[in-house]
Amino acid sequence: MSDKLMIGGREFQSRFILGSGKFSLELIKAVIEHGEAEMVTLALRRANAGGEENILDYIPNNITLLPNTSGARNAEEAVRIARLSRELGCGEFVKVEVMSDSKYLLPDNYETTKATEILAKEGFVVMPYMYPDLYAARSLVDAGAAAVMPLGSPIGSNKGLSTKDFIQILVDEIDLPIIVDAGLGRPSQACEAMEMGVDAIMCNTAVATAGNVALMAKAFKQSIEAGRNAYLAGLGRVLEFEGEASSPLTGFLEG
Amino acid sequence: MAKRIVDHMAYQDGMEVIESDLMDKVLTAIGEYDYKQYTKFDVEKALSKEHLSLEDYKAILSPAAMPYLEVMARKAMAKTRKHFGNSISLFTPLYIANYCTNECVYCGFKATNKIQRALLSMEDAEEELKAIADTGLKEILLLTGESRYKSNVQYIGDVVKLATKYFTTIGIEIYPLNTDEYTFIRECGADFVSVYQETYDTDTYAEVHKWGSKRSFPYRFDAQERALKGGLRGVAFGALLGLDDFRKDAFAAGLHAHLVQQKYPHAEISFSTPRIKPYINNADNNSKDVYEKELLQVMLAYRLFMPYAGVTISTRERAGFRDQVIGMVANKMSAGVNVGVGGHSDEQQGDEQFEISDERDVSEIDQIIRSKGLQPVYTDYIRV
Repeated sequence: MSDKLMIGGREFQSRFILGSGKFSLELIKAVIEHGEAEMVTLALRRANAGGEENILDYIPNNITLLPNTSGARNAEEAVRIARLSRELGCGEFVKVEVMSDSKYLLPDNYETTKATEILAKEGFVVMPYMYPDLYAARSLVDAGAAAVMPLGSPIGSNKGLSTKDFIQILVDEIDLPIIVDAGLGRPSQACEAMEMGVDAIMCNTAVATAGNVALMAKAFKQSIEAGRNAYLAGLGRVLEFEGEASSPLTGFLEG
Repeated sequence: MAKRIVDHMAYQDGMEVIESDLMDKVLTAIGEYDYKQYTKFDVEKALSKEHLSLEDYKAILSPAAMPYLEVMARKAMAKTRKHFGNSISLFTPLYIANYCTNECVYCGFKATNKIQRALLSMEDAEEELKAIADTGLKEILLLTGESRYKSNVQYIGDVVKLATKYFTTIGIEIYPLNTDEYTFIRECGADFVSVYQETYDTDTYAEVHKWGSKRSFPYRFDAQERALKGGLRGVAFGALLGLDDFRKDAFAAGLHAHLVQQKYPHAEISFSTPRIKPYINNADNNSKDVYEKELLQVMLAYRLFMPYAGVTISTRERAGFRDQVIGMVANKMSAGVNVGVGGHSDEQQGDEQFEISDERDVSEIDQIIRSKGLQPVYTDYIRV
């Protein structure tokens, strides 16, 4: 059975997007391999590590780079970072991140939408990081987003899907890939999101700070696949069937 | 004729007064902070929480928290890793001038101290910047003594502009400025401003800042707000530990930072925790009752109270201490440090501000960070 993820006209077998912001560079390659990730984010502000090091040297060529605009505090800065990323040869994909709160690091949906609109018109494949709000998600669709990336919980919190109900609304209503980004702390939470019909998972802290990062990357990969298979298998129907009452309320009907 | 004593709670000529109630709030809170009343129960309650209140912060800064340093360290490490991952940011200070018009009893740059004074020419400044950039560093902190005459705002702005050619992030640690001057420095390319209040006890402040513009307590206190109004990305706070009651000073610095963050939510906040060190002509200058345990308590309290704020560990501390606190509580450290004027590309031109305790260069620090499974981060900002 073919079950591919399509974003910006590109096909992905893997539904695991790896964040690279909190890693030791030496570990990135092993994590990509064990997690079988095909897309890796790249904080442009860290792209040139200084001295001899460059994170790009550690990411295999067959991986789609997803440069992000972290550090941007408004739409204008995000747009400029994205353009610079393209000039530097990081490709057409861009994850728009706009935050102007240093305490919670929550995405600013309004500025994010403005940046998305400008960048989509310039031909970028725009994947905006957002707070899961239905109206904002619809605006992002209109603005030309290629996917939407709602947060599961505050970034780095490892709390899982504290926005679960609102993400479900996006899954049900928005006709774009929904990628849960931020807040997932364990593979079971990634599995739960995938069971709901989320299209892919992005994760960084939970893997980067694990005792064995390569093994944790593998665990995420497996849980994402398990959740995806459960969704495709039709989890909802199985539960409904088992929950059927032995003395049905409608048993009185004749003919 | 007796010398006129300048009121340390007044603004001097040319000092901008902004509308703000933060100083009153902080001074009232320090007055009410009696750390002796906190017990181990208050500490345990505080440490059982996910988000610490101001009361909790007071408890973990109290003497009752001293037996809980290990628990605090474990909790702080989890917070540090959550917010900063495995990253340790690297930078180095560059002193571009050490002329000073202030008389601050604890500082080697004080006006009456007979030391070699210097101010880097633009050519020498560029040589220094190049030499530092060659070590791989991408973030620099530019420092001066506090002389508006010798190292004026235009001069500092010119050096900041030069620095943008070689560095992605530029901090400044200079005398406090008015808002329009901060805007000018920002436009030249500066990102962060560090202004340490030294002590929040106004009487001690008056005692140790004998004369000069630094004697004005309120002008210094408002510096972070003026910097943020002027467009800077972030501001650093700190008290010079050992000058007065360090628990009260650390409490005040934390509260000051907290109130500024609430008023300016976009501001990036960070802390430094300098202890008093010996300097030329005063070998006995020391941090009194602030030993490593007390210093660590302060650092841990900052981290637990404001987990998202940066904590920097300076070369005032020995290598063995610095190596252990990175990743646990500190997320930023300096390397290849010289606290005299110049000295990176050629002979140092002016004497040091204080004695440092860790002289390792960038590659040695880089190795240490990696050996601990952490990642040295040279750049974390892109200027667009």
